[in-house]
Amino acid sequence: MFIVELNDLQGLLTALQAGGFTVIGPTVKDGAITFDTLSSIEELPRGWSDVQEAGSYGIRHSEDDTLFSYNVGPHSWKKFLFPARLRLFSARKAGKAFEVDPVSPSAPPKYAFLGVRSCELAAIAIQDKIFMSGPYADKHYTALRKSACIIAVNCVHVGGTCFCASMGTGPRAKDGYDLVLTEIRTDDRHYFVAQMGSPLGKGLLQQVTHREADQKEREQVEKALKAAHDRMGRSLDTHNLPRLLEDNFESPRWEDVAKRCLSCANCTMVCPTCFCSTVEDVTDLSGEHAERWRRWDSCFTTDFTKVAGGNIRMSTRTRYRQWLTHKLCNWVEQFGTYGCVGCGRCITWCPVGIDITAEAAAIRETSMTTTNG
Amino acid sequence: MMRKSQALEANALDPMTTHPVMIRKIIWENDDTFTLTLDMSGFAGGFRFLPGQFNMVYVYGVGEAAVSISSDPARPGTLDHTIHRVGLVTTSLAQKKRGDMIGIRGPFGSSWSIDVARGKDICIASGGIGLAPLRPVIYSLLKKREDFGRIIVLYGGRSPLDLLYRVELEKWASDANVEVLVTVDRGDSSWKGHIGVVTSLFQYIKLDARETVAYVCGPEIMMKYTIDELDRRGVPQSQTYLSMERNMKCAVGFCGHCQFGPTFICKEGPVYPLPRVRHLLDRKEL
Ligand SMILES: Cc1cc2nc3c(=O)[nH]c(=O)nc-3n(C[C@H](O)[C@H](O)[C@H](O)COP(=O)(O)OP(=O)(O)OC[C@H]3O[C@@H](n4cnc5c(N)ncnc54)[C@H](O)[C@@H]3O)c2cc1C
Ligand code: SF4
Ligand code: SF4
Ligand code: FES
Repeated sequence: MFIVELNDLQGLLTALQAGGFTVIGPTVKDGAITFDTLSSIEELPRGWSDVQEAGSYGIRHSEDDTLFSYNVGPHSWKKFLFPARLRLFSARKAGKAFEVDPVSPSAPPKYAFLGVRSCELAAIAIQDKIFMSGPYADKHYTALRKSACIIAVNCVHVGGTCFCASMGTGPRAKDGYDLVLTEIRTDDRHYFVAQMGSPLGKGLLQQVTHREADQKEREQVEKALKAAHDRMGRSLDTHNLPRLLEDNFESPRWEDVAKRCLSCANCTMVCPTCFCSTVEDVTDLSGEHAERWRRWDSCFTTDFTKVAGGNIRMSTRTRYRQWLTHKLCNWVEQFGTYGCVGCGRCITWCPVGIDITAEAAAIRETSMTTTNG
Repeated sequence: MMRKSQALEANALDPMTTHPVMIRKIIWENDDTFTLTLDMSGFAGGFRFLPGQFNMVYVYGVGEAAVSISSDPARPGTLDHTIHRVGLVTTSLAQKKRGDMIGIRGPFGSSWSIDVARGKDICIASGGIGLAPLRPVIYSLLKKREDFGRIIVLYGGRSPLDLLYRVELEKWASDANVEVLVTVDRGDSSWKGHIGVVTSLFQYIKLDARETVAYVCGPEIMMKYTIDELDRRGVPQSQTYLSMERNMKCAVGFCGHCQFGPTFICKEGPVYPLPRVRHLLDRKEL
């Protein structure tokens, strides 16, 4: 572990910029903490924190001048690695025929993500599995991902809708970063404890003024992370969870949640692991030029399962069931991990405050009552 | 999965980019179904695929549809797609003329496993357009006719005029020692054959159930009744295969549309051994 003083943190940004990276990090915009291009440490949400509950989000000035005393906002990093809209190819008419130009991911932006939380590292690892480790790899995702640098930040504050401890994804960043920082603010000091996760991270740290952490400083990190772990806003009991959901495919709870759910798809848009997409084919007015675009889609949309005979999932009941059981049951068989990292975004950004942890708990409860007779 | 990637490499196709090919021939099978024969000479060594696999077929500026390959895998210089006109893309395809270009990407998905059927009887049960993805397997079986026992083709259509590949069905029955039984939901004045659903044909055949491999493709409800019938007759579930269909946008496991509970039909399917999906078929709106 190494110590980087607050005043030396700008050095990290400078080193990233010198390395050709476009630095993206949290910043205050439109009343929320969102991700944007950063040119200086000054643009970080210094002295801001957020308040998150089911169906509600707000930011407010915190008591101190820390840089990272808030949790995840409406954006996630998938916005950069898996863009909401992407042109897959363009085509030109050539007499009776047509010619296709694939969009090659040559010279994609080299991103450095600053302030990646532990749950988000887990979410990126999940999307890596989807887009890079099957029989096919998504060349756009792969190109962006391979050149990205990840500077993680450990969560020493946890939010009202966080439950990463239940999902085994936080609050401490375990792996998948180049560098991880823990922000420590005491009465008289303000510094970062840095750990390297890769040769790239090591090289970056070498360009920033730092020194070895002493025993007391190391202990401080452990203490802060332990406290965060114990203050987790929510929890989700994962014991035998896939099996429980398998067995409750016809649970009455699905009908109950369907009465509240607006099928608005917010949960899937904010979720850092949701990967569904659709395509749109367009032509210009003359028809001389055509394009195919991919854009984010959601299993809550009406035509998502359309086939010749109609839609497979016809109601909000079965669409919500797809969403929750994909996250907490089927994902495990598909990708060897839950599709939920406990970031809490879907809870916070649901207009009616539907809470995945509460829904899972309700199913467990009703299931037990049935079993108990 | 391995086989799929190899097939793809052999054709050197980028899985997300469509490849223009020319329509060489169009045959109207009935009022709203037609077979396009595509010229694949642009692909070195032709377009290699396995029976049961599908392509994403693209109409310039309009969109894509998943369509099974219905031609003979041993003739990779051309490719057949038999298409039922139901909506936007399939109607645009129906308007194409000989010499026009469309796009394809593929081949995708799993295939009918023929190796497991060696030395056994084969029962092919199909309904409607479901015969299309089974035609390549019939061609492959006939190439090595002596390697297999009886070959039984059960086929059901809405009406006599709806039946696909009528000439070929007759040819298989007369020349190739294939037992072909056809039924229609509604007959007409000229129809002398069976009337009823596909499963009603089982009463006319005697299966050596333990020694039979079954391939099933058709509307989901038809497949459910058929596998129940096969089960009742004692055909082992492990020797029964079926081809599933769902909305598909990417065909490579990225878009999420084809999910069927724990499985992605484009990646693991469309052809599944029955035990893999038996329990899922009963789950409504899965
Ligand atoms: C593996 C596989 C193999 C297939 N093989 C054949 C074949 O050999 N011949 C054939 O005629 N049809 C086949 N289909 C069905 C064919 O893909 C649909 O009929 C076609 O997509 C309809 O598109 P459309 O634009 O004409 O219809 P629309 O109704 O205009 O389509 C609107 C949307 O619904 C989707 N959609 C509609 N019907 C289906 C469907 N049945 N399956 C999947 N998505 C659908 C389309 O992708 C599109 O997103 C196959 C489907 C799959 C999944
Ligand atoms: S939960 Fe829905 S939108 Fe999210 S990945 Fe699964 S199917 Fe796609
Ligand atoms: S399901 Fe909700 S809590 Fe889980 S990763 Fe997605 S947005 Fe976060
Ligand atoms: S069609 Fe996109 S995941 Fe299967």
